[in-house]
Amino acid sequence: MYDMKAYYESESVQHAVELRLAHPEAHIIAGGSDVLVQMREGKRAGVELISIFMLDELRGVTMEENGDLRIGSLTSFSHITKNPLIQEHILVLGEAVDQVGGPQIRNIGTIGGNTCNGVTSADSASTLHAYEAIVELTGPEGVRRIPIKDFYLKAKVVDIRPGEIQTAIIIPKESHENTHGFYIKYAMRNALDIATNGCSVNVRLSEDKKTFDRVRIAYGVAGPIPMRAPSAEAFITGKEVTMENIELFAQKVLEDINPRDSWRASKALRQHVAVESAKRCIMESVKRAGGVL
Amino acid sequence: MSRHVGQSVKRVDAFDKATGRAKYTDDLCDKNALIVKVVRSTIAHGFVKSIDTSEAEKVPGVVKILTCFDVPDIQFPTAGHPWSTDPSHQDTADRKLLNQHVRYYGDDVAAVVAENEIAATQAARLVKVEYEVLPFVLDVQKAMEPDAPQIHEEFPGNVLKHTSNIRGNYEEAIKEPGLICVDKWYDTASVQHCHIENHIAVAYEEAGKIVVISSTQIPHIVRRTVGQALGVDWGKIRIIKPYIGGGFGNKQDTLYEPLAAWLCMQVGGRTVKLDIPREDTFISNRIRHAERFHFTSWLRPDGTLVARKVDLYSNQGAYASHGHSIAAKGLNAFPQLYPCPNYCGNAYTVYTNRACAGAMRGYGMPQASYAIECHVEDIAKELGMDSLEYRRKHLMPVGFVDGFSKNELYYDSFNQCFDKAVKYMDYDRKRKEYENQTGDIRKGIGIATYWYNTAVWPISLEHSSCRMVLNQDGSVQVQVGETEIGQGADTAYAQMTAEILGLKDYRDVHMISTQDTDITPFGTGAYASRQTYVVGFSISQTGNILKRKILEYAVELTRCPITNMDIVDSNIVRTIDGRVLMSLKELATEALYSMTHSVHLTAESSYQIKNNAYSFGCCCAEVEVDVPMCRVQLKKIINVHDCGNLINPQLAEAQVHGGMSMGIGMALSETLLWDEKTGAPLNNNLLDYKLSSTMDHPHLEAQFVENPEPTSPFGTKSLGEPPTCPVAPAIRNAIMNATGVAINELPMNPHVLFKHFTEAGLINDPWRKEN
Repeated sequence: MYDMKAYYESESVQHAVELRLAHPEAHIIAGGSDVLVQMREGKRAGVELISIFMLDELRGVTMEENGDLRIGSLTSFSHITKNPLIQEHILVLGEAVDQVGGPQIRNIGTIGGNTCNGVTSADSASTLHAYEAIVELTGPEGVRRIPIKDFYLKAKVVDIRPGEIQTAIIIPKESHENTHGFYIKYAMRNALDIATNGCSVNVRLSEDKKTFDRVRIAYGVAGPIPMRAPSAEAFITGKEVTMENIELFAQKVLEDINPRDSWRASKALRQHVAVESAKRCIMESVKRAGGVL
Repeated sequence: MSRHVGQSVKRVDAFDKATGRAKYTDDLCDKNALIVKVVRSTIAHGFVKSIDTSEAEKVPGVVKILTCFDVPDIQFPTAGHPWSTDPSHQDTADRKLLNQHVRYYGDDVAAVVAENEIAATQAARLVKVEYEVLPFVLDVQKAMEPDAPQIHEEFPGNVLKHTSNIRGNYEEAIKEPGLICVDKWYDTASVQHCHIENHIAVAYEEAGKIVVISSTQIPHIVRRTVGQALGVDWGKIRIIKPYIGGGFGNKQDTLYEPLAAWLCMQVGGRTVKLDIPREDTFISNRIRHAERFHFTSWLRPDGTLVARKVDLYSNQGAYASHGHSIAAKGLNAFPQLYPCPNYCGNAYTVYTNRACAGAMRGYGMPQASYAIECHVEDIAKELGMDSLEYRRKHLMPVGFVDGFSKNELYYDSFNQCFDKAVKYMDYDRKRKEYENQTGDIRKGIGIATYWYNTAVWPISLEHSSCRMVLNQDGSVQVQVGETEIGQGADTAYAQMTAEILGLKDYRDVHMISTQDTDITPFGTGAYASRQTYVVGFSISQTGNILKRKILEYAVELTRCPITNMDIVDSNIVRTIDGRVLMSLKELATEALYSMTHSVHLTAESSYQIKNNAYSFGCCCAEVEVDVPMCRVQLKKIINVHDCGNLINPQLAEAQVHGGMSMGIGMALSETLLWDEKTGAPLNNNLLDYKLSSTMDHPHLEAQFVENPEPTSPFGTKSLGEPPTCPVAPAIRNAIMNATGVAINELPMNPHVLFKHFTEAGLINDPWRKEN
């Protein structure tokens, strides 16, 4: 038994927008793997819900004519992992979301929910940041597209305006083309856990595979919201593919990240793991890109 | 010898459980039941000054709200021990149904009874409690300090009990010149059982009695404690125990049955349901005692143990529950496992403001095994000896008899178990290969053993009663008080009954799985790894009585002398020539409907067991340690047990798998945490409490050495709890083999490894030095 005030089922994106305007206090529910848990805990007890779960138009991964990847917001984690386009162009995202919870959660949980939740530990978030994903929101005024770094405002707060719902996440071609990435979820057990640290790296190597043409690194749980490590990225871009540079790159992340001390993990452990993960992620990305270390 | 015992037959409840047909407490609850929510204290220690229920009572659907000011002024014990008529052996009675003096964060202060769960939950949130806040203490040794907060008026100084075990003269013995001293501390964590079905109790009045359906391991004990808590004659209480979703010792305690019964009485006997949520299960049921050990061992250079001092501090939490029994078990086991002429052991069980600790699979021995088997590893390292060789030399020798329990080591069980583990793991080769590794990823292998016994004699009562009823078709109903709690006890009972009676098929034994204290013969329940052992006595005794009655009836029908008859494959057989005289079915039908001599062939008897049995084994674990990531991956693991003859090998294996899993969690990830500033529980949910998952386990190998136990009618002894005991120390010793670092605290999770690896210089973060 869930303590809810009302439940509205959306029949189309347009209908969802109308419901949002008509019930501004209502919470949006997709798969429910976060919302229902929080209702039971009492945090969202007694709320009104607008379900978008039946909107199949928001499911699936497609490649647009310009080469951008478009992931419908209701696409489940398991569908993302198994999608051929994801596997071909942005394998690391499929691998990252395959580490969410357990199989049942991955079947019901959606990438839209994972990002709209606004939590720093979301397994999709660091990879989406590292790929400079674009978040598509549909509202009364039509479609709005914003970079994912602007979508996250602060811990648990994202930029969804009255009447809006998130409808897609887009990975621009320029971002995913010719890249290879790797994600490390650092958690206390091998399943059913939330990241103590999440690190996602992707690299684009020069034709001879000896130089880093472009490197992007992003973290979850290294601060209140997912974040890139610009100093580390700037340091390594254009540098030779060597272990020495990789070690320096990894330590450089400490200039960017700001993990906190809590009972869940000390700041010292989180920093240590962030550096080690940066190193391992970039090494694995280089290997995947055909580079040699 | 046997057709049924020793076979991996299917569980008698397999189909019902797999198809969802098996009924549990909630399935039996009237759908119109009133729902109870407990209001819990939001301080760790203090007094309830007042409770304002006015807002809560306005919630539609609320029937009644009762508080700690309404309950009877009766303190009652909860431990699932057999009652003792000797007051000095009775369990401590230190809690009321709801408590004004609250002693842990989450203590029961009020209860809301409402028409439905939402109303009950909403109202519970609106109950306003005013407290007088007192200081609290979470650490066991800090609770023993003179100025520590005093938790129970009856126990000044917070020590619930202190016992000593003194042998020889420790102080004199350590004066011997040339002794090597190994002095170490070991710490285990507070962990929880995490059975899949939370505790739930349903109560209603019927026929002048209070009926409680409960998820419990111990219905007959709970009948007594509910009677005590309510101040009601025990015969007026009826406890029904259906199938339960695990217990592991948590339900070897009186949990919320008395409160449910009392609340039912406050609402005119209407059915009330008290279904404890998972979050509350972590804090308001029972947990494993966190124990701290100080070992000082004095050895000759050849390894001879001259003297040993052990101080054991057991964190009891807020209420006594099983209390000192747990610490005492460990304290008394050490000089048996590694005999020592000069032993000075002291154990203290101390109240703190943590959640209440009680029975949990292994009853103190997983903690004690961790401490002693880490210590033995440390001793061997100090002496420069191989630790397995040290164990083989210094463990209890064959023929050892414990003076108190009269338990005897009849066989070379330790070495036989070690040999099997060593062979499976390729231990000797790997142990050498893994010494002195460098690099980020290191492998290690470790071994550990344990001490265990079977049942509780002679500390406490051991008794089992059994009833058998013959049906017209030659099948039998069997009832015992020792409960099926998922471990497969009913199947073992069916196999043993079929064996004793000479039935063709164990499925001709209909186990009445549900215990109902109005109907089921007296038995104290499931605990102490005792069920198969103690029921073995009552089934063989009762089975033989029934068999005798059947054969006596057969004499009337066949005129064959009783000495020349037996029951074989459900037939009455003339033993002289093997001729089948008649089927058991023919006999049973005739016996009931005979116009000349009609009789219902039944048997019932009690057996008081005045025996106990050692049960031994070992665990060997191989790990891969990712040093920079502070993570341990378990690569390969085996438990080998000598639990006597196996009644059902497949079920025995399953017991071992479950115990190993629990040991793995205790070793690597599980620990309950409390906020040092507020005393509030931090991780009382299955996300933050890191119960290990199947993804954290490799294949769990279970092997056995089957030395028949001489005291048991079926040659069997304990296996339920032992598998949990040796796992954590085996893993710890494997990590030490891999890295050289001794981790003397549990769990060995990344936080702990980070600290120890940093101290040992394996991790060296340059940026931390600059700070």
